Amino acid sequence: MQSDELKMPAAAMSAAEARQAHLDEAGRLMTVCNSCRYCEGLCAVFPAMEMRRAFGSGDLTYLANLCHNCGACNSDCQFAPPHEFAVNVPKVLAEVRNDSYARYVWPGFMAPLFARNGLVVTLIAALSVAAFLVGFAALTDPAVLFGAQSGPGAFYRILPHNAMVAIFGAAFLWSVLAVAMSCIRFWRDIGEPGSTLRDPQALAGGAHDIATLRYLDGGGMGCANDAEVPDDTRRMYHHLTFYGFALCFAATVVGTLWHYLLGRDAPYPWWDLPVVLGTLGGIGITVGPLGLLAAKLRRDPQLGDASRKGMDVAFIVMLLLTGVTGLALLVLRATPLMGVTLALHLGFVLGFFLTMPYGKFMHGIFRGLALVRYAAERKRHLS
Amino acid sequence: MERTVDFSRPYDVIVAGGGNAALCAAIAARRSGASVAIVEKAPRFYRGGNTRHTRNMRCAHDSATATLSGPYTEEEFYDDLLRVTQGNTTPALAKMMIRKSKDMLTWITEQGVRFQPSLGGTLSLGRTNSFFLGGGRSMLNALYRTAAGLGVHIAYEAEVTDLEMDGPRFVAAEVTTPAGRQRLAGRALVAASGGFEANIDWLKEGWGEIAENFLIRGTPYNRGSLLRTLIGKGMKQIGDPTQCHAVAIDARAPKYDGGIITRLDCVVFGIVVNNRCERFYDEGEDIWPKRYAIWGRLVAAQPDQIAYIVFDARSLQLFMPSLFPPVTGATIEELAGKLGLDPVALRATVDGFNAAVQPGTFDDKILDGCHTEGLSPPKTNWARPIEEAPFYAYPVRPGITFTYLGVEVDEDARVQLAGGGRAENIWAAGEIMAGNVLGRGYAAGIGMTIGSVFGRIAGEGAGSHAKR
Repeated sequence: MQSDELKMPAAAMSAAEARQAHLDEAGRLMTVCNSCRYCEGLCAVFPAMEMRRAFGSGDLTYLANLCHNCGACNSDCQFAPPHEFAVNVPKVLAEVRNDSYARYVWPGFMAPLFARNGLVVTLIAALSVAAFLVGFAALTDPAVLFGAQSGPGAFYRILPHNAMVAIFGAAFLWSVLAVAMSCIRFWRDIGEPGSTLRDPQALAGGAHDIATLRYLDGGGMGCANDAEVPDDTRRMYHHLTFYGFALCFAATVVGTLWHYLLGRDAPYPWWDLPVVLGTLGGIGITVGPLGLLAAKLRRDPQLGDASRKGMDVAFIVMLLLTGVTGLALLVLRATPLMGVTLALHLGFVLGFFLTMPYGKFMHGIFRGLALVRYAAERKRHLS
Repeated sequence: MERTVDFSRPYDVIVAGGGNAALCAAIAARRSGASVAIVEKAPRFYRGGNTRHTRNMRCAHDSATATLSGPYTEEEFYDDLLRVTQGNTTPALAKMMIRKSKDMLTWITEQGVRFQPSLGGTLSLGRTNSFFLGGGRSMLNALYRTAAGLGVHIAYEAEVTDLEMDGPRFVAAEVTTPAGRQRLAGRALVAASGGFEANIDWLKEGWGEIAENFLIRGTPYNRGSLLRTLIGKGMKQIGDPTQCHAVAIDARAPKYDGGIITRLDCVVFGIVVNNRCERFYDEGEDIWPKRYAIWGRLVAAQPDQIAYIVFDARSLQLFMPSLFPPVTGATIEELAGKLGLDPVALRATVDGFNAAVQPGTFDDKILDGCHTEGLSPPKTNWARPIEEAPFYAYPVRPGITFTYLGVEVDEDARVQLAGGGRAENIWAAGEIMAGNVLGRGYAAGIGMTIGSVFGRIAGEGAGSHAKR
């Protein structure tokens, strides 16, 4: 490991050094926190910490991904800055967590994409949108592209169904593979056996904590956004985003089933299941990200990893634009603007798929895994 | 939403201090309809004195609750208090406080404070003590939010440095702020500004020069200026200037504000020697929560006010971790060298102890009776030979939590006059009057009980006085 790092080019060296510095600081803080334990009722991080006396990099990575960054421990901490012990757990765990996305990325040479992630994601999204606009302009009859289309198969007169499936299927499969490989690397490094992933209780416990965002409640009062008056709006907007995303995904799955099993082509009428799911989901990933962006602007920057704000914002904005263009497509699908709107929407969806393994999307995956592990650890600890 | 004190107007009630007692008083007074100003010496982050470092309070209760594992009756609480103070208490006040502590769990919850089951590593307190969710600073933040929401005005970096009196009647406070001295008029004063533990010169008046070697577990702001002013203005003093809540903490801790993480829970698992390598007290006298509060004084009585807890590899995982790692040695002699002790003397003490240990079944969860024979002082529980390398040691010094010398109060928390009678409009709550209940000794969480119960009484009394 050491010699590998020594062979890295200068830029990567400093990233590795920064990563080690973050781990060292997280290790120092966990030693402080484990001597205090006042925060153990706030979330999962501190009970998981108490099951350990020493903190290796895998332990710290696990704890960092367990942290939901609600900030409660910071406003409750008697040793927070300006105290000389300078304990800022939300910030340091955010740094370790963000490092972990790059650390386990697959293929490994993509790691630098996390360094300027906001820019990278923006460029990929822009190129993706541009590709559809240019592609449509070059390959589609302008009369069709700028004419009002209606009835089943309207979209496919602009982009043939098989082409759409080929593009999105390939991007999606690649991303699923890359995410899965990252997960394997993460799971191995935190030192949890594979068998935990076959333990129904652990999976159910983790799923419950993910579905309810149990630990984004600041121990009951909500997030300590400005370290003054906690509120629960981040959790609400995250729920809107998460379930909005899930509904959009469900709409896509149902649409696929309609197409292949029932032989019915999109666009579907407004009352049909794919449209209902997609509309509700679209509202979720529009309103949710707007709320999250507003919360991010209001939030005390000391509670997070300010150096990765670009990654966070790019991910939220991409979801937002996917939602907005999707809703716009619903409204404009019978007008001459449908072709351009479809290009925008497909561009953002493709950008989202492509950047899934290489951006903020990974936070949900690693946190979900960490929560499954926590459920298993708790069970072992209590038995 | 938090509004600062307006020095140009009078307030019904002025509360000096910003910890648990002060906030309970301010909230209670405000709820009774009085206008209230809190004058806190510390800057905003360090507000709240020792409350920042607390984690629980001891309240009587008749049955188990969601966060307490069983009943803790008034009688049992009083017995515990008598035992730790060896009878040095004011029975009527103590019984009244214990009776009112029962209500406190409900009242303080209504003020926004949240509880949780006892923290990991503190199971022995799970029945008697209610733990704050998020610890003392979380508790304090909740009280400040509630106070501010009720319209209590709060000044930070503002210290009451003198009192303007008209006979036994308080008229105004001189408040020293970064902007200079200000006069703040009030119809009643609640003195809840803590003890004088951070005032080393005052500690020296009782302890002599050895107080230089004490560490102060809380903020440097508890200097006792108002206590001194009150005594100077003819209020009646109570308590012994050397009595305080003192524990043995890691000698490497900072001079101030090291808080909970520098405490060491391993005395019972080893031996404790002074810098002459002599043992000086039975390390296994009772379970640690009942004995931790005597070790500060014990170490203060040793040469240079330092001692060393020595134990072996078998005990390393038996107690809560703390901030600093132990000093480690492959042999007792190597350990002694690192500690700056005489290796021959430490070896002799350890050998003597090991030889005196009787056979038994070690169990750290109970008084296991594993003891020494023919050793002075004896070790009466958890005695097992220190023989398995590596060997470990923690250097410890007296860590002062808070002092007991204070002003005398009655059951209304009204301050008594040295010349007889009581002050017309001055109340006291918290550490500044802890000596009324705690003449000596300590029981975990009782400082917060004193603060909350007397704070509420003082606030209600001051509030209704001011409205009269």
